[in-house]
Amino acid sequence: MKDKIRLYKRLLLLLVLLAGSPAMAAIETYEFDTPEQEALFKKMIVELRCLVCQNQNLADSNAELAVDLREKTYEMVKAGKSEADIIEYMVARYGDFVLYRPPVKSSTLFLWLGPLLFLAIAIIVAIRFIRSRQAVGADPELTDEQLQVARDLLNKENKSS
Amino acid sequence: MKSLRFAIPLIIFIGLMLLMLKGLWQDPKLVDSPLIGKPVPDFSLPELLDPSKSVEPEQFLGEVWLLNVWGSWCPECWREHGYLEELSTRHGLTVVGINWRDETADALDMLRQAGNPYTAIGVDPETTAVLDLGVYGAPESYLIDKQGIIRFKQVGAVTPQLWNSELEVLVKRLRSEG
Repeated sequence: MKDKIRLYKRLLLLLVLLAGSPAMAAIETYEFDTPEQEALFKKMIVELRCLVCQNQNLADSNAELAVDLREKTYEMVKAGKSEADIIEYMVARYGDFVLYRPPVKSSTLFLWLGPLLFLAIAIIVAIRFIRSRQAVGADPELTDEQLQVARDLLNKENKSS
Repeated sequence: MKSLRFAIPLIIFIGLMLLMLKGLWQDPKLVDSPLIGKPVPDFSLPELLDPSKSVEPEQFLGEVWLLNVWGSWCPECWREHGYLEELSTRHGLTVVGINWRDETADALDMLRQAGNPYTAIGVDPETTAVLDLGVYGAPESYLIDKQGIIRFKQVGAVTPQLWNSELEVLVKRLRSEG
């Protein structure tokens, strides 16, 4: 009986190990000639978007297209291509969408300047609001005539009570 | 007029919301390919039916042709297949395939089962030409003019609706061009 249980346990262990192996296979190892190349590769795969899985970069994704694009990035880095070369290659084929940081150009100007614009509007509105509040809160300056009217009103009230 | 001032932030808010809502329904993959208006990237792939031959874009210069990326593993390609055949037989459109990330036996099996609409099929198991074309997934098709310039790109299947609404007119126009 005990032997049988041990056998089952071993089979179970084997099954678990087998189930784990495809996941292991998905991890790729890349070798670089220089630390600069490795740094560039790591930088690029973080900045380039995995196109088929939204909001993941190439480094995060195991989608097949991401693997292919990672491989291509690796090849280009290995071949001594610069960051600009790699970005140009990707943008020429997949458009600006492949970049997480869109370039500044006329169609994306609002994207870049929009927040600044909103901040400026907010500051102007805030300043105007504060000034108008200050005007209300300030000591009212009354003319002599107005003071006289007020005194009369108070006197009238005192008399009637 | 002053009493309507409270509505200004509300209007801005609703405007922003509509803008973002629109973004939510937009498929970024449908953004026009930057390759439209550019020459089809050069490739040389072995022919699926006869690996001693090769398939290259320049073989189709002077024709209006459809470059179709497919694989037997892709269900949408199976659905599209019959219509591609109709386009090649009924409308005389030259359809060139790129068989992507596929096993040769599976690809041939699919052609036996579903017919072969292709004038030529290049095999690209390593995703070289396909990456150069800026492909997201299969099926994807490019309409290429007589000068070898990409004029239209379809992400997803080529359907009768697409042919009727856009492609037919475009093909006719491109054929009449010099």
